[in-house]
Amino acid sequence: MKICVLVKEVPDAAVEKRIDPSTGRLNRSGEKNLNPFDTHAIEAAMQLKEGGQIDVDEVIAVTMGPETAVRALHKAVSLGADRSLHLTDETLSGSDVNGTGYSLAQVLGKESPDLVLLGQQSDDGECYTIGAVVADHLQMPSLTQVIKIEVEDGKLRCERQAEYGYDTVLVELPAVISVGDAINEPRYPSLKAIMGAKKKPLESVAAGDVGIDAGRVGYDNARAHCSEFKAPPEKQAGKIIEDEDTNDTVEQIVAWLDERKLLA
Amino acid sequence: MSGILVYALHYDGAINKNSLGAVSEGARLASELGTECHAIVVGDKAGLSDEVLAPLGAHGAAKVFRAEGPEGLSQPVVDAMAKVIGDNGHGYALFGGGLLGFEIGAGLAARLDAGVCMEVTNVRVEDGKLVAERPILKDSQISDVHYRSDVGVIIGRLNAFEAKEDGAGSAEIEDVDVEYAAHSLKATMVERGEQRGADVNIEDADVLVAGGRGLGKAEGFEQLEALAGALGGAVAATRAVVDAGWYAYAAQIGQTGKTVAPKLYLAAGISGAIQHKVGMQSSENIVAINKDSNAPIFEFSDLGIVGDLNKIVPKLTEAVKAKKGS
Repeated sequence: MKICVLVKEVPDAAVEKRIDPSTGRLNRSGEKNLNPFDTHAIEAAMQLKEGGQIDVDEVIAVTMGPETAVRALHKAVSLGADRSLHLTDETLSGSDVNGTGYSLAQVLGKESPDLVLLGQQSDDGECYTIGAVVADHLQMPSLTQVIKIEVEDGKLRCERQAEYGYDTVLVELPAVISVGDAINEPRYPSLKAIMGAKKKPLESVAAGDVGIDAGRVGYDNARAHCSEFKAPPEKQAGKIIEDEDTNDTVEQIVAWLDERKLLA
Repeated sequence: MSGILVYALHYDGAINKNSLGAVSEGARLASELGTECHAIVVGDKAGLSDEVLAPLGAHGAAKVFRAEGPEGLSQPVVDAMAKVIGDNGHGYALFGGGLLGFEIGAGLAARLDAGVCMEVTNVRVEDGKLVAERPILKDSQISDVHYRSDVGVIIGRLNAFEAKEDGAGSAEIEDVDVEYAAHSLKATMVERGEQRGADVNIEDADVLVAGGRGLGKAEGFEQLEALAGALGGAVAATRAVVDAGWYAYAAQIGQTGKTVAPKLYLAAGISGAIQHKVGMQSSENIVAINKDSNAPIFEFSDLGIVGDLNKIVPKLTEAVKAKKGS
């Protein structure tokens, strides 16, 4: 079977993110990291492949994004993916969740995967929804925020935390599963794997190659249009203590708590 | 009539509190728009008696659509909502947040080619349309979201909408037959709502000492229990450490856990991700100890200590005991 892992390049957590006031869009310069949640999805794919309970022929990393997004694919390949697929087209730029999920479903359709894995959220957009959008387009069963996957009679037995406790759900393949970071501890790529990543096959496709309707994608066609950014109501900044002398720090904390009658 | 359709989650004979909040919000917005707020429930009809559904009317739903279907899974609800919206022409689908709300809302947006906005903290009426406000970039800015589709999908942030019984009374209940898509029945619930770890009560505590991944290991909670004991409070936890098996699910704060508002919330080794923040931001006094001075929790704590919790917590416990003993 074939597993496709959706990956995304996100700004380095250390880089301050901001909105470009002239376009109203996230300024994505300074991006360089693979979304940390996606490394868990790749690891989950590798564990299924190595686990031997289902026959995994190929793990394919798939991304949508500008030229630079190739770096995320290289990272994904260094972590074990066999090859990668890059959907890149100027018309896709600025797509909302709806347009992005639709586009990814179109490119995934070309591969006919038996399983699509992705991280439960991206580090930048703070959204947990792409998996469900992709699944509806591909007409596959779907589950998000999964923290354990076991193979059972060719189906996936998945666990996740939901509103009322832990749920166990049996999912038939093909399926779209988004994973949480508790699912595994991603491996570190070997130096050999990092060096070899650029030699693995990488296919680049444009929107037209996978039948994407230009009227459904891009900034101008976003069904949900973001605008008018404003600052939230100011919350008075709290007091900060840098702990240098712990006895002194503790004394300050106790005094602070006592002033607010929290030690009564 | 372009009404508002609210998804109402239920479990064990009770409608979810955040769903009731969404119904209240939907009713408020519908009255401003000059339309109606309706609710939809999907599940085992035997467990969805008129009595179980009564709170939906009391919170402002004019009508409740009831569909027989699998519980606790999102895709059957997408089918049911798409049908009801198709038959009745609702202009908006509204969700109170939570895991299923995100999944259903996103799936529905795909199905209807609709605009979707999540983590919404406020909705307002402008020129006869709804505008959603969404905090972005770790809550440092708020964006207005306008819908440019026949249906707009609004997924609220947990606890964003307050549940209010406005005494509107009873909703008409309409049973709907839904033909579920083949893929919607290919995920089946094996076990729902399993509780892991001890059954602890954190919702009634005046003081909560909460631990996150920064504790490093499960044993890190021992020092928090000692501090909570000294302060006369209870211990709470983040999702990351509960999923890792370090602490009981019943003590979890945030998106898929509890919402609390104690007099004192002391967070140790917690970075303060949105999913955690939504469950504790109404606490009267927030104290945070974290070694990373850039941790988002310092943005909304009243007292922040940048330092090693392993050094600070034991000494703080002793100092609190000494102070209280004096």
